[in-house]
Amino acid sequence: MRQIKRRIYPIEENCMGCRLCEVACAVEHSRTKDPIAAFLEEDWEPFSHTVVEMMGPISFSLSCRHCDEPYCVEACISGALRVEDDGRVVVYEEVCVACGMCVVSCPWGAIKPRKRNGVVKAAKCDLCPDREVPACVAACPNRALIFDTALGPGLEKVEEEEIIEG
Amino acid sequence: MLYDSVFVFPNFEVERNYERCIVCKACVQQCTFDATFYLPYRGRVVSKDTNCVGCRRCEAICPTGAIKIRRYQGEFKENAYWTPRDLKDLYKQAEQGGVILTGGGNDRPYPIYWDHILLDACQVTNPSIDPLREPMELRTYLGRKPDRVEIEYNDEGEPELKTRIGPNLVAEVPVIFAPMSYGALNLNMHRAEAAAAKAMGTYWNTGEGGLHRELYPYGDHTIVQVASGRFGVHAEYLQVSAAMEIKIGQGAKPGIGGHLPGGKVDEEISKTRMIPVGSDALSPAPHHDIYSIEDLRQLIYALKEATNYEKPVSVKIAAVHNVAAIASGIARAGADIIVLDGFRGGTGASPAIVRDNVGIPIEMALAAVDQRLRDEGIRNWVSIIAAGGIRNSGDVIKAVALGADAVYIGTAALLAVGCTLCHKCYTGKCAWGITTNDPYIAKRLNPEIAAERLTNLLKAWAHEMKEMLGLMGINAIESLRGNRLRLRAVGLTREEMDILGILPAGA
Repeated sequence: MRQIKRRIYPIEENCMGCRLCEVACAVEHSRTKDPIAAFLEEDWEPFSHTVVEMMGPISFSLSCRHCDEPYCVEACISGALRVEDDGRVVVYEEVCVACGMCVVSCPWGAIKPRKRNGVVKAAKCDLCPDREVPACVAACPNRALIFDTALGPGLEKVEEEEIIEG
Repeated sequence: MLYDSVFVFPNFEVERNYERCIVCKACVQQCTFDATFYLPYRGRVVSKDTNCVGCRRCEAICPTGAIKIRRYQGEFKENAYWTPRDLKDLYKQAEQGGVILTGGGNDRPYPIYWDHILLDACQVTNPSIDPLREPMELRTYLGRKPDRVEIEYNDEGEPELKTRIGPNLVAEVPVIFAPMSYGALNLNMHRAEAAAAKAMGTYWNTGEGGLHRELYPYGDHTIVQVASGRFGVHAEYLQVSAAMEIKIGQGAKPGIGGHLPGGKVDEEISKTRMIPVGSDALSPAPHHDIYSIEDLRQLIYALKEATNYEKPVSVKIAAVHNVAAIASGIARAGADIIVLDGFRGGTGASPAIVRDNVGIPIEMALAAVDQRLRDEGIRNWVSIIAAGGIRNSGDVIKAVALGADAVYIGTAALLAVGCTLCHKCYTGKCAWGITTNDPYIAKRLNPEIAAERLTNLLKAWAHEMKEMLGLMGINAIESLRGNRLRLRAVGLTREEMDILGILPAGA
């Protein structure tokens, strides 16, 4: 089984705190994927999986690390959180019972409850399955987010590492 | 507005389309001049027009295109003599009693001679060259050239150069990044300039604020400046460089020194400039050890002595009225390169009245200096670098044809990395992260992206220059230097054409 590790890395030195990554994430995870409609017109509240953490001159955009041994998966009582073959940690919303265990167990604070259509479910970075490059990486104007698609360890052949900068 | 002086009128207005504004507050976070606010009780982002400097950072960053910065629509009573700018400046001075500061270059509507000069091209009788098919050389050697070349034959009968040729800079593109100090710019911009200069085989100039130790590996592509304040000058600084430059004057503020406010002098700048943290860095107006050409000669040779005569020494002067005679003196003082900085040249901070009223156009100064040095038979002693308002590759080609060996680009380099000419460099709050040392704002200039953009700019100009050389049937830029027959003037007076040494169109 090929295991491709795909991760978003924040580059603290380049982050200027504009929060366009949050806007892009919210737009990508909206009903219409239209920036104005997503924020002003939709019945879903705009919701970003990535959060720009700021303190003085330091800031960076933090989203799910897609850990190799995720605490959230361990903590999940219903089996809604799983590690996919490609290394992504994914929420199966139909199984999620919104108990909040993943939220409290994540050391990065990368999982948050999201209310949609009156129902609360765990929500976290899904690495934008519909896009080649995650929305936050594509939207970053200062290359403060890097999308790394390296192959994981323990594989026969490591292909050339591809890094897409945002 | 409430609590403001009644004499403050805005220059710009921020037009926000609330049907598009998604209240992401990116504009609030990016505005460094406090012109944009979020009002939680209204759930809206609003603007204070009097604070807006027109840098358009908010407009650029807005994800929904909700913001437009417009020139302030409210108008004073029409007056052909007193412009709104005069009125606003006068009100400001009446309020504060101080000198009006500004950054950037002279933006007043003086004549632009570049735009009155046209280039020649080959037709029928002299073939043009296709630069994509045939070799085309932009390589330029900067420094002293010998009066004559002597050849001797060695034991095997092969010719060898007997004349010893002094140190020369080799620029693959005759475009060099102008001196802009660390302090005026932040380290990210210096990193970008150094990387771009190295990538393109050209040079960048440190300005008077010294060279950060992190950039010593780029020394081969660095011209280090020795200015009146002598900030950051030490033996290692000179030795690591490719060339040394004595700054006498600056086009934006000839005859005026520099002032880096203490607030900008942080730990790194303090180490680089060799002054205490938080102390003002005051560069005197003149060099207090240079009151004559003879004094200048002493400093030139002190620098040469310090570097074992291995590096060329350049002298930078502002283009002023008797520039040709001064340049002749500089050439005779032993300089290898003379930099002429025209009145359009930029600055990090200057009194607006000086920037707008002092100096002469670089086109005139360049033509006058080149002609004077040729008349005196010493043109080969020095290379001339033209600086101050070079906007595009056309200006570069025209400058070379008027007699320059290379040009400096300062404003153009800043434009390449985002500058919008708001002329607020002196505030240290540049919203594009260029002329600021606030660690948070400086992060906006990613040195990697900036270096790529500068490299792209030079590549683009190099392509264009090759095209222009080709259409003139010239295959090396050195063949165009001082070749004023390839220039024609439109709309200039006889005197102007005489000084520029060019013929009118049709002649």
